[in-house]
Amino acid sequence: MNQTDAGVIETRERASTLPTTTERSGNAEGPTAGERTLNLFSTGFLVVWALISLVPLVWAVLTAFKTDREIFTSPWGLPGEWRFDNFVRAWTNAEIGKYFINSTIVVVASVVLVMLFGAMVAYVLARYEFPGRNIIYYAFVGGMTFPIFLALVPLFFIVQNLGMIDTYYGLILVYTAYALPFTVFFLTSFFRTLPGALAEAAMLDGCSHAGAFFRIMLPLAKPGLISVAIFNFLGLWNQFLLPLAIMKSTDYKVLSQGLTLLASDTGYRSDWSALFAGLVIALLPVVVVYAAFQRKIQDGLSVGALK
Amino acid sequence: MGYGKYRFIASFLALPLLLYVVFVVSPYVQAFYISMTDWRGFSANQKFIGLDNFVELAGDQLFWKAMWHNLLLLIIVPVVTLGIALFLATMTSLGGRRGLLARGGVRGSRFYQVVFFFPHVVPVVLAGVLFTFFYNPEAGLLNALLRVIGLDWAVRPWLGDTTFALPALTVVLIWGAVGFYYVLFSAAMKSVPTDVFEAATLDGAGRMRTFFSITLPMIWDSIQVSYIYLGITMLDGFTLFQAMLPEGGPDNSTLIVSQYLYRKAFVEGRFGYATAIGVALCLVFIVLAVVALRATRRERIEF
Repeated sequence: MNQTDAGVIETRERASTLPTTTERSGNAEGPTAGERTLNLFSTGFLVVWALISLVPLVWAVLTAFKTDREIFTSPWGLPGEWRFDNFVRAWTNAEIGKYFINSTIVVVASVVLVMLFGAMVAYVLARYEFPGRNIIYYAFVGGMTFPIFLALVPLFFIVQNLGMIDTYYGLILVYTAYALPFTVFFLTSFFRTLPGALAEAAMLDGCSHAGAFFRIMLPLAKPGLISVAIFNFLGLWNQFLLPLAIMKSTDYKVLSQGLTLLASDTGYRSDWSALFAGLVIALLPVVVVYAAFQRKIQDGLSVGALK
Repeated sequence: MGYGKYRFIASFLALPLLLYVVFVVSPYVQAFYISMTDWRGFSANQKFIGLDNFVELAGDQLFWKAMWHNLLLLIIVPVVTLGIALFLATMTSLGGRRGLLARGGVRGSRFYQVVFFFPHVVPVVLAGVLFTFFYNPEAGLLNALLRVIGLDWAVRPWLGDTTFALPALTVVLIWGAVGFYYVLFSAAMKSVPTDVFEAATLDGAGRMRTFFSITLPMIWDSIQVSYIYLGITMLDGFTLFQAMLPEGGPDNSTLIVSQYLYRKAFVEGRFGYATAIGVALCLVFIVLAVVALRATRRERIEF
């Protein structure tokens, strides 16, 4: 793993220095006509795919500012004026605000909990020899491959028997449990790359095992923790199946449930602009996280892919 | 070390393991037992009926219809998605403006990287609601576009049409998935040593030749893993389908197995039967994964 990390960084550096050499070799020999057509075609395809990626979302944002009339009469046009009251209506009347708060509470608490638990498990699995270690490791990793819907029915009854249907902590615990496999898997390989000498030195100086973990290793693991936390945030904000089984009352539903409710209601209540405003509100945290961390997300993905 | 070590290990593992066993391991284990009962939600009426659920399932036409849709997705979505992703990755990370030696990629490849990945972070439910309106017969962007460019005959209620509903949903699945595999393949291609490409160019290999003889074999592992991973996603697919056509589409034309499971369990209350559906789907998946791994096995190339 250590070598993989180094490899990734090295390749990236190599890749970034390359354009200069390219420039030189390119000047010696100009591109042929056939090559130019091919380049034109491939650049064209790249631009088209970029548009396909972005247009639906730009359209959603524009539509969120329109009146219902405008939505139907000029789907491609710009809104006549920027109506922010659509967002106010979505937040209050359509109760997107309530769902937004529910989602935020559950997702933030789950991410914090799963990062703490995941790091504890991963650290122990990566740094200590003890009987049953491999069994525990594979039990966690195996959880990544099983589809959730297979567990759905029994899970519903377990949560019901614990009296946790329609509670924040019920969904938080379930989210945490289902995010553990991914978290443990990635953090275990991450902790293996960290130098153990520091923790050992700290323990020689009288630090306890737990003290070495919280004071030395956890701060050292920060880059890995951030990557995994972002993935967990995006994944759990996205989650739909688990809350569908656990959050039954409208007071506790999360944003993804709320939006589908709103979408199916819109048919007869016809407040389309509020629905689109609701979509944009729900998308906002994701866009913020992505914009802030997109390099980290893609690097995390690449490291995972090359292992 | 030594004294206190095991106490420390136990204290770190206890809570997470308890949580994991209660909410993840035990439901999976229970699923196999529940699938052999006629359970309808009251523990008093839980009778062991062996394989009866599976026998009923074998003759359940709607189940097979849903399974057929899943298999279609399983074949079409990965092939198209990975094809597009491979093409885009080749263009941006190996394409270059001046022949094959360009490893820096085309101008603005960083921009493409950010844009292409974006649909993947859009929550699936959001994409579902958004595209439901994209396909809307009156206000939808798609029909408006078709009218603008004069293809009026192609205008139709996309999601209300038994022929076009499933392809319409498939497009959304592909839209959301390409970015992820694009980034993955780009990273894999960048990890292939430059000299391999240089040697190929010196030997006079063209673009196509380089792609099929060098790039593809070099990143075969990534492609294989991606196919399996995308396959798992396609066997589920619940979120998008439930967000776009919760009733399974016109005449069940977009019903998939996970939706059928949900319907049997939480609408009809047949929990035993629903769990049997889950187990059957899981077994199908395992068989397919093994077949796919064997069929696509190649010599691993070390570099």
